[in-house]
Amino acid sequence: MALMKVKFDLKKRVKLAQMLWLMYWFSIMAGVLVFSMGLFFKIELRKRSELMDNNESHFVPNILIGVGLLACCLNACGGKICYDSLDSTKFVKWKSILNPFLICCLFFNFLLIVTAVMCFAMRIPLEFTLAEGLKNGMKYYKDTDTPGRCYMKRTLDLMQMEFRCCGNNNYKDWFEIQWVSNRYLDFSSKEVKDRISSNVDGKYLMDGVPFSCCNPSSPRPCIQQQITNNSAHYSYEHHTEELNIWKRGCRDALVSYYGGMMNTIGILVLIVTLLQIAVMIGLQYVNTSLSTLVNPEDPESESEGWILEKTVKETFTDIMAKMKAMGKGNQVDEGANEEAVATVS
Amino acid sequence: MVVGKMKLTFQKRVKLAQYLWMLSWFATLGGAVTFTLGCFLKTELRRRGEVMDNTDIHCVPNTLMIVGLASMGINYFASRICQDALDPGRFPRWKTFLKPFFGCSVFFTTLMLISVILSYAMKGSLETSLKIGLKNGIRFYKDTDTPGRCFQKQTIDRLQMEFQCCGNSNYKDWFEVQWISNRYLDFSSKEVKDRIKSNVDGRYLIDGVPFSCCNPSSPRPCIQYRITNNTAHYNYEHQTEELNLFIRGCREALVYYYMGLMNTIGAVVLSVFLLQCSVLASVRLLQTSMEAVAGQENVEVDSEGYLLEKGVKETFMEYVDPVLKLLWMNQPGPLQTTEHTVTWFLCFRLHSGTPRPHTGLKSISIIKY
Repeated sequence: MALMKVKFDLKKRVKLAQMLWLMYWFSIMAGVLVFSMGLFFKIELRKRSELMDNNESHFVPNILIGVGLLACCLNACGGKICYDSLDSTKFVKWKSILNPFLICCLFFNFLLIVTAVMCFAMRIPLEFTLAEGLKNGMKYYKDTDTPGRCYMKRTLDLMQMEFRCCGNNNYKDWFEIQWVSNRYLDFSSKEVKDRISSNVDGKYLMDGVPFSCCNPSSPRPCIQQQITNNSAHYSYEHHTEELNIWKRGCRDALVSYYGGMMNTIGILVLIVTLLQIAVMIGLQYVNTSLSTLVNPEDPESESEGWILEKTVKETFTDIMAKMKAMGKGNQVDEGANEEAVATVS
Repeated sequence: MVVGKMKLTFQKRVKLAQYLWMLSWFATLGGAVTFTLGCFLKTELRRRGEVMDNTDIHCVPNTLMIVGLASMGINYFASRICQDALDPGRFPRWKTFLKPFFGCSVFFTTLMLISVILSYAMKGSLETSLKIGLKNGIRFYKDTDTPGRCFQKQTIDRLQMEFQCCGNSNYKDWFEVQWISNRYLDFSSKEVKDRIKSNVDGRYLIDGVPFSCCNPSSPRPCIQYRITNNTAHYNYEHQTEELNLFIRGCREALVYYYMGLMNTIGAVVLSVFLLQCSVLASVRLLQTSMEAVAGQENVEVDSEGYLLEKGVKETFMEYVDPVLKLLWMNQPGPLQTTEHTVTWFLCFRLHSGTPRPHTGLKSISIIKY
């Protein structure tokens, strides 16, 4: 008993083929969209690779690019098959490869689902990479004279301003590192000497943050030095001052930015998967309807189309049996030879 | 004296109609592009509307939008005309429509050219508007508790960060205004009292700038207070320190940005204008050559097409006179010199006053935001 059997006459077949051809065009555009999303994601990761220690994994965007290209190719093929299906002479050359092609499409759809799942799951390794990268970035903030790290200050400043964040987890991360270069510290001054002798590593630590942490929405001019000292500033209470500097940590901000992007791409890939499944089913109908013509000579005869020839369970057992049979192929051959030898002699 | 006379064989007419059809569709696209560019420019101007004193500059995007829409309409009709041109049965129904069509088309095409010229000519007006707007913005920077001005600080800060500029002409503009609100000044402290006494208006002036003037490309942490005091900071020479703050003034930065935008738009609109002109000339040629064979038995003969039947001036009068008669229905005296009346003032205010009896000068203010 076939799965979802439908009766077809010539008109229905022509309509199916036309609709399917149109859907294949949409699928090609969807494939291009997936490809461009992968490219866009790759570029976004590259833009901020400095903040991730150049360590980020480009696996997901590469897969997206590959899948997009593959989708375009498969759908172009499918579209051509559809176009030729209306002409029985042209369709003959496609008949033999149609079944393997459909199996390819099935595997491709599985690949799409896996890609979508990976898009959603990539958030976790990204979070770890960003935490490491930002920590190192902040450490090298002051090294504007060291080749290879001289742009770290600029990158971090621009990032903090763009993403409206401060520090790794929050602004207090800046209190724990020396972010003012020694070139600009007057070592003869008492204040500098005090601060340096106040900790084991001899670092110039202060309760201040760079200007890029400042929030423009604050009603008062930015307080970036002596943040925790309430008496240093008039009418200032650092526990209740919400708008002075950005409260959010940059790791949080970046993860949410990339996470949002990946969620959107994942949803898009799922929609493309549904479209691909629909065209695959359509192609199967075209295939079966054209191979079951009541009168093979007459193109206007009726035919039947289905998704699977038997039920899902039977098809599955059939496939398993075939695979077992292929595995035992050698033994059966040997047995037959022995019998032949026995009968001859 | 005929202008632009050309002999056209039947084949040539057919080819002209075909090319014209395609050209008119491209020109329609060009019109859509013009409209979009006008919308985009208007949006960009509105975004920074808070630092502009007046909206005179908005006449440029307004004109572009009108011209874009008109161009789409003109080219749509041009394509319909050329579709019907080769069919002697369908062509005559366009007869009465063609004269006003050409009049309108030439008007709007000239308007397109004028909009391009305007986009270059309005630079001075934009600069003045920005000068006043930024001055006010800087003055009201501290008024974060005054309704209506409370977002000025945020606007100016974001502007300075985005356009990488500081102050109106340069950073020293911040030294001349009090940009710290009185709510955050400790009036019992000696320093505050000294500063307030040091000037006539009793303002708290400092040689410091807001944090948004800081340049992220600077190798050292930003110095925003006591900028002119070299001894206040280690290893600091404020005359030679280039990268600490943004050197450029915001007025210059914004003018540069908008002129760049308008130059690009001007170039695109100019090419659309040329396309439009060629479409109109082709329609005219096709029309005149088809009219020459109208009513004949054999439509496949050669015919002559021309652009203008009479000279430029005479044709111009022919079109403008009916329009003027319509506009000056109340005018008792005769209209003698109609050349004077063709200056329409889109953005410049001129005294309209009472129309003088001999020249009939009148200003027509068409587009104002």
